[in-house]
Amino acid sequence: MANRIKKVDREALALIAKGSTVLGAGGGGDPYVGRLMVQQILGEAGSVDVVQIEDLNHNALVLPIAMMGAPQVMQEKFPSGKEIPKLIEMMERLLERKVEAILCIEAGGLNSTIPFIAAAQMGIPIVDADAMGRAFPELQMVTLTLGGMGATPMAMVDDKGNGATFDTISNQWTEKLARALTIEMGGSAMVSLYPILAGPSRPYLIEGSLSTALDMGRILDEHKSGAAHALADTYGGRVLFTGRVRDVERRSDAGFTKGKLVLEGQLDFDGKGMDLSFQNEFLAGWVEGDLVATTPDLITLLDANTGGPVTTDMVKYGLSVHVLGLPCDPIWRSDEAIGLVGPRYFGIDADYQPL
Amino acid sequence: MIRIGVDVGGTNTDAVIMDGSDFVAGSKRLTTPDIISGVRNALAATMEEASGKVSDIGALMVGTTHFVNALVRRRDLAPTGVIRICLPSGSSIPPFSDWPSDLIDGLDGHYRLIHGGYEMDGREIAALNKDELLQAVTDLRAEGITEIALSSVFSTVRSDMEEQAFDIITEAFPNQSVTKSTDIGRLGLLERENAAIINGALRPLAAEVVESFLALAEELDLQCPLYFTKNDGTLISADQVSRLPVLTFACGPTNSMRGAAFLSGIKNGLVADVGGTTMDVGEVQNGFPRPAGTAVSVADVQTNFSMPDVISIGLGGGSIIDREAVTVGPDSVGHRLLEESVVFGGSVLTASDIAVAAGRTEMGDHPPGDLPDLAGLIGALDQKAGDAIARSRTSGEAMTVIAVGGGAVLLPDELDGLEVVRPPHYDLANAIGAAIAQVSGEDSRVIALAESMTREEAIQSVVEAAEAAAVGNGADPDTLQLLSQSDVPLAYLPGSNLAISVTVVGELNMKGT
Repeated sequence: MANRIKKVDREALALIAKGSTVLGAGGGGDPYVGRLMVQQILGEAGSVDVVQIEDLNHNALVLPIAMMGAPQVMQEKFPSGKEIPKLIEMMERLLERKVEAILCIEAGGLNSTIPFIAAAQMGIPIVDADAMGRAFPELQMVTLTLGGMGATPMAMVDDKGNGATFDTISNQWTEKLARALTIEMGGSAMVSLYPILAGPSRPYLIEGSLSTALDMGRILDEHKSGAAHALADTYGGRVLFTGRVRDVERRSDAGFTKGKLVLEGQLDFDGKGMDLSFQNEFLAGWVEGDLVATTPDLITLLDANTGGPVTTDMVKYGLSVHVLGLPCDPIWRSDEAIGLVGPRYFGIDADYQPL
Repeated sequence: MIRIGVDVGGTNTDAVIMDGSDFVAGSKRLTTPDIISGVRNALAATMEEASGKVSDIGALMVGTTHFVNALVRRRDLAPTGVIRICLPSGSSIPPFSDWPSDLIDGLDGHYRLIHGGYEMDGREIAALNKDELLQAVTDLRAEGITEIALSSVFSTVRSDMEEQAFDIITEAFPNQSVTKSTDIGRLGLLERENAAIINGALRPLAAEVVESFLALAEELDLQCPLYFTKNDGTLISADQVSRLPVLTFACGPTNSMRGAAFLSGIKNGLVADVGGTTMDVGEVQNGFPRPAGTAVSVADVQTNFSMPDVISIGLGGGSIIDREAVTVGPDSVGHRLLEESVVFGGSVLTASDIAVAAGRTEMGDHPPGDLPDLAGLIGALDQKAGDAIARSRTSGEAMTVIAVGGGAVLLPDELDGLEVVRPPHYDLANAIGAAIAQVSGEDSRVIALAESMTREEAIQSVVEAAEAAAVGNGADPDTLQLLSQSDVPLAYLPGSNLAISVTVVGELNMKGT
């Protein structure tokens, strides 16, 4: 278990960004852009305060801030920088109270760094927790859904300054409507959703996520090409496969990048093959036809050469990779949770087998 | 077909003459501060060695580290400003974000953000405003910039706004040099913009370099076309290089790897290129360098153009030995090896001196004598080289290390458990890599898949277009092969749309020239 952090400066943010790509499980987008935005606000010396959820008052309003849409869009079209103050103003008006802390909804990928922009811009702390413990492709796939908490009231603001609020009958409806509007807004937008009170939401949050991301970033830095094994040792996972990418197929479907990957074994896995399927994140992996891991457990690829995480966007023919399997947070292992984020939801005809 | 290959490295400049795949002559001379005298020395010596053996030189091919060195040393960089077509999006990450501050100072980094750009599906974010654009140019020029780098959101999807802006600027300011980001980089605005800025900053130097090579060719009576080598091991004309010097950035490692694979006949293996100051290690697959999978940082700037995946460490013939700390490099006597190293009569103990003392090679007239700590020093050298080899491996599978470059003799016969070979003419591998450089053709387009068109058929149609482009660039159609291929779906568009890009290479067609 990683030591809990209290402050995040430029250097710590870089480590969190790096470690969050492990939690991204192949998706979640590149946190680099988010990191640059925070650095732009913090300057050389600034920092953001980090609090534990238990340190907040029971009725403190905590607002998750995230980017919604295709991470590739954010690599090309950066926010104007005016989105978040407007989002917070809209949410405070809807909820008729002031926000006290910011929450990261998704510790994996780009959305691990985006909430720091809000904390830095608004001068309030960020909570060391998240609602996924990884990255997931759809908006209802958060632990808060398991606690019966609604995504709305939700606000969305685009780079042009357009804002919208949502009040929906289910989190699945929020996903459908918000995604449709995101596409209209140009493929990416800033959102605030799942407004929560610190006390009641605590049982459903995955605590210490930012500290975990930072620790993972440090492991990547220290162990380089040995990082896959070091992460497996530290976080109770295992290296599922080592091999070279022999085919990548990607297709676009309803706003997601779906596809499959074929690996040819190397080292301990010489002579074997692995297939992986993904929908933004890696969903499942089969070695020689046998299922070895499925969502919600994390499947992450690390470059065998450099140890750096490889996303489903970046993966290329010929690249040599370690496939790392990490267990998800236990909250994801109930029947209800498996119905929300398990393999069958993504159309994979297999039962969830915990790593 | 006779070709001359020249490679300008940090320490040495090499020149070779090749007759098809046969080595005819070659020499190595020190790189001079003005560069071109070193090239003249190497070329003249090589041509003299080959005199009587060849006639009708078909092409002069040059690989040079001029440009990357200028950036690393922050010298000869033109004041370059950025116009990013993006508003109202984009202000949260301004141009030059995450650049080292001394490099921004070196470039006098100024920028303007103006309205425009596209969404990923090709809709306009905002219309381009001619007055706003021209005001930005006027302001930047008033601030002292001479080069403009132009970037635009999703210009990889639609380049027309960037092109329109280019036309507007060059119409209003006919002599203004402008680099368009779409000519260089791929998806990723900041990285593509960075590549465009670097390109702009190097343009005046590139024009000078091309001019000096043309003048030298004339002086040496070389009546043949001049080419430069690109990052992917293929050729770019002299005219193109003065517009797009950044495309030649990583040609040094590429040429040495291609040359090493060619000389050794080993198409798949590791290449260790040991020069005067650095050792570069990379992997060749089918005779070409393995490209870096991710964004590459050049002189601490993130870019995303295609480069070989190379690990560079401070170990070369001129590396200075610290006997107290028992370390080799990274400081090097560089250019001054022939004056300062012990074997050449100087007083600085270098990696070359300990290699001579260990009996690995012979050079100079002043034997280094008995070094009581030799075993420890050689051990430090081997350890450092072995680490770089180990880090370059992507698997435990046995492969050969092809050692090339003037410092190849420093290396032991085994590194990280792998056999080390030195092919004939190993010390001229870079220039040979330049001389065997091929011609490429690229094509990228978005294709809508349908019942009647599979992914394979779509890719094949782009391959055919790339092949046609290669032949148009002067490739021999009978020698074409696929160098790289990628297909990425475009999300948020109805149906299934693939953005496919393909590069093919072939031999320079010298028939009928």
